[in-house]
Amino acid sequence: MPGPDKETDLTERIEAFLSDLKRGGSGTGPLRGSAETARETTALLRRITAQARWSSAGDLMEIIRKEGRRITAAQPSETTVGNMIRRVLKIVREEYARSRGSSEETDQQESLHKLLTSGGLSEENFRQHFATLKANVIEAINELLTELEGTTDNIAMQALEHIHSNEVIMTIGRSRTVEAFLKDAARKRKFHVIVAECAPFCQGHEMATSLSKAGIETTVIADAAIFAVMSRVNKVIIGTQTVLANGGLRAVNGTHTLALAAKHHSTPLIVCAPMFKLSPQFPNEEDTFHKFVSPHEVLPFTEGEILSKVNVHCPVFDYVPPELITLFISNIGGHAPSYIYRLMSELYHPEDHEL
Amino acid sequence: IKEEKQRLRKEKKQQKKNKEKKDEKASHESEKKKNKEEKPVSAAAPASQPPTQPSTQKAVPAPAPVPVPVSETPALADKPAKTKADLKAERRARQEAERASKQAATSKPKAPPNELQPVVKRLPEHVQVDNPGVLKKLAKKLERQQIPLRLDYGYKVSLFSHLHQYSRKAPLTQQLSIPSTVIHPAIVRLGLQYSQGIVAGSNARSVALLHAFKQVIRDYTTPPNEELSRDLVNKLKPYISFLSQCRPLSASMGNAIKYIKKEISNIPSQCKEEEAKRKLLSCIDCYIDEKIILAAKAIAKSSIEKISNGDVILVYGCSSLVNHILCEAFEKNIKFRVIVVDSRPRLEGREALRRLVQRGISCTYVLISAVSYILPEVSKVFLGAHALLANGYVMSRVGTSQIALVAKAFNVPVLVCCETYKFCERVQTDSFVSNELDDPDDLIVTRKGKTQLEHWQDVPSLGLLNLVYDVTPPDFVDLVITDLGMIPCTSVPVVLRVKNVDQ
Repeated sequence: MPGPDKETDLTERIEAFLSDLKRGGSGTGPLRGSAETARETTALLRRITAQARWSSAGDLMEIIRKEGRRITAAQPSETTVGNMIRRVLKIVREEYARSRGSSEETDQQESLHKLLTSGGLSEENFRQHFATLKANVIEAINELLTELEGTTDNIAMQALEHIHSNEVIMTIGRSRTVEAFLKDAARKRKFHVIVAECAPFCQGHEMATSLSKAGIETTVIADAAIFAVMSRVNKVIIGTQTVLANGGLRAVNGTHTLALAAKHHSTPLIVCAPMFKLSPQFPNEEDTFHKFVSPHEVLPFTEGEILSKVNVHCPVFDYVPPELITLFISNIGGHAPSYIYRLMSELYHPEDHEL
Repeated sequence: IKEEKQRLRKEKKQQKKNKEKKDEKASHESEKKKNKEEKPVSAAAPASQPPTQPSTQKAVPAPAPVPVPVSETPALADKPAKTKADLKAERRARQEAERASKQAATSKPKAPPNELQPVVKRLPEHVQVDNPGVLKKLAKKLERQQIPLRLDYGYKVSLFSHLHQYSRKAPLTQQLSIPSTVIHPAIVRLGLQYSQGIVAGSNARSVALLHAFKQVIRDYTTPPNEELSRDLVNKLKPYISFLSQCRPLSASMGNAIKYIKKEISNIPSQCKEEEAKRKLLSCIDCYIDEKIILAAKAIAKSSIEKISNGDVILVYGCSSLVNHILCEAFEKNIKFRVIVVDSRPRLEGREALRRLVQRGISCTYVLISAVSYILPEVSKVFLGAHALLANGYVMSRVGTSQIALVAKAFNVPVLVCCETYKFCERVQTDSFVSNELDDPDDLIVTRKGKTQLEHWQDVPSLGLLNLVYDVTPPDFVDLVITDLGMIPCTSVPVVLRVKNVDQ
């Protein structure tokens, strides 16, 4: 019987994914980009849908939630995992609603009118069984996967609308999305890029070598010179780790300084972030917001005696408030930070915000 | 300015020919005086010097913007001019008459220094690297002084093509012949210490410079038929060129050199050599004591009033003055803790950290990219300065303006501590026009066995930029603590004016 084998195979795969996440999430830079994480999570969820035992949509959602909680607990800072899980849950809800034939509730927001007319929360217990549900859900997940494949290209296609010739663009650290964005624009236009190296991981160096190999005039500066050179910069284009629910960012450390300097010089700050980075978290959660890595990066052990008498901090992320951001560029187009809440309601169901 | 230069050149030519004519001498003196007031930076000799000796006229080219070609062109112009002597003499006589009448009419602008002076300074050479004419003149000057010219290194970012960029691995001393008869060995050692970064920080550099000059004065003997006041100043010029080739002079060093030159020139000619040397040495000691050591004590006293119990103080990099203040405050048993912010590639904060931890102050250490994480805990920011410019901008180590910006965003007060001898009359609004470019190879780092930027020179479109200074706008700074008291940033030109009147 393929059943138990499938199950052990499934659990094996989940365990492998979990340990990968735990290892890969160390502060020395993600060993895998967030796009890969998103794709792997979605593929894993598809496998769970296909191989796990469930009879109704409610069961499926329970299984996904349970596994989802485990996976997010393994690496809380890797928010794309949680985002993908919520997307899949929304897919399941939609497919269920469509199978039932009820009109799709496109507006998930609670409104006064709905409260009055429906007379209390609608009880959807997802208990009905539909034979075609499995196939539909898997098809929808495949669509999601194709969307994920094309995010970087979709963002890069918009590059020419935002970069004119002879511009000076500033960026910080290393983001594959921004790299593709700039390389696409460089095919048709000539411009100059300044990369802030982003100590202590110095990922800016990799970014600069890669951009200069594509023929773009690149300059590497130290983090301390960000404000000094900002007066000559026309645009700031950055990537981010997460886009928060209020339109703010959780980005690599040093981004807040960059954003403040851009605001002081009235330079537009453009964030290239694909939709799977949008997360329903808010920045108030102090204990889960910041992630710290070994202080060895900042003050190495060779410094000797003073190490025992000094506190050393090495945070990985920075919070950037939405007032400092001018534009978000995602795979579905450009948006202002004030529109993010709306996009979130389209992607996730409010009940899934807490897994 | 070009017309002025041409006019001056013409005058120099006349000077060489008609030395005996007294009226021309008189007009030259007044011209010289006027030009000396216009260009005080290069003023090596005071106006009191009688321009009698022809040899000194070359050595006292203070009014001329470029001494070398001017002294050369009269020699060349002599021969053709003699053939057209009559016409030229007529024209010159007419010009002299006009000039004399103009000067008689407009004697007011050359008034005593209390009134506002149109101070038009010559642009320093080290910010005109993109001008080949200036570079040629500098090369000629250095050749004359027998100092090797230092060559630029590496690809320079186009925005900074007007500045020098040297490599630390090629110090100037490698090009010097041994033994060097022109440059005193103490100066050679000092130049090497500057270029390798062994002596760094504006106070340290100034004190080292003054000590080296003391050594030079001790070893100096006046040659026969020369006056100490003039000859010593001329001896110092090649040393200063050498030091500025090793590393561009800082504002504090510039002020110290001006002071020394003034003291030397003020030595009366009948003073005996031993006595003169003794006087100069005591002047230098006095300067160091007053302007640096006592000033630090005064600043520490005022700053300690600003530090209260339970404070969390943020400092950036290694400023000798700020470290002194914190140690003094700790001696007075004020309970506070310090956060030291550091930045690549210099990592000077580690030195400050060591000094503070040795005293027993509890410290935290972060890199500059983590400043917005740590700033909510901070109650005050203390910054040191390299120089304070006349428009209120603070010139300091790169990264200072960033810290002031983020502190302002979090509403944390920013206090700058600076002695008055670092105040300078320049004005600047951004960090590009006048800066220092350090060795670009410093940015290269090896992490996990991989050096990403190792072969940056082979990639044609890649450049590394290692700035040393930046300017902080005065609206980010809340208070400047100086030895004259606590002033806002915008009062710097007032202090400068008061100092000039005193002198």
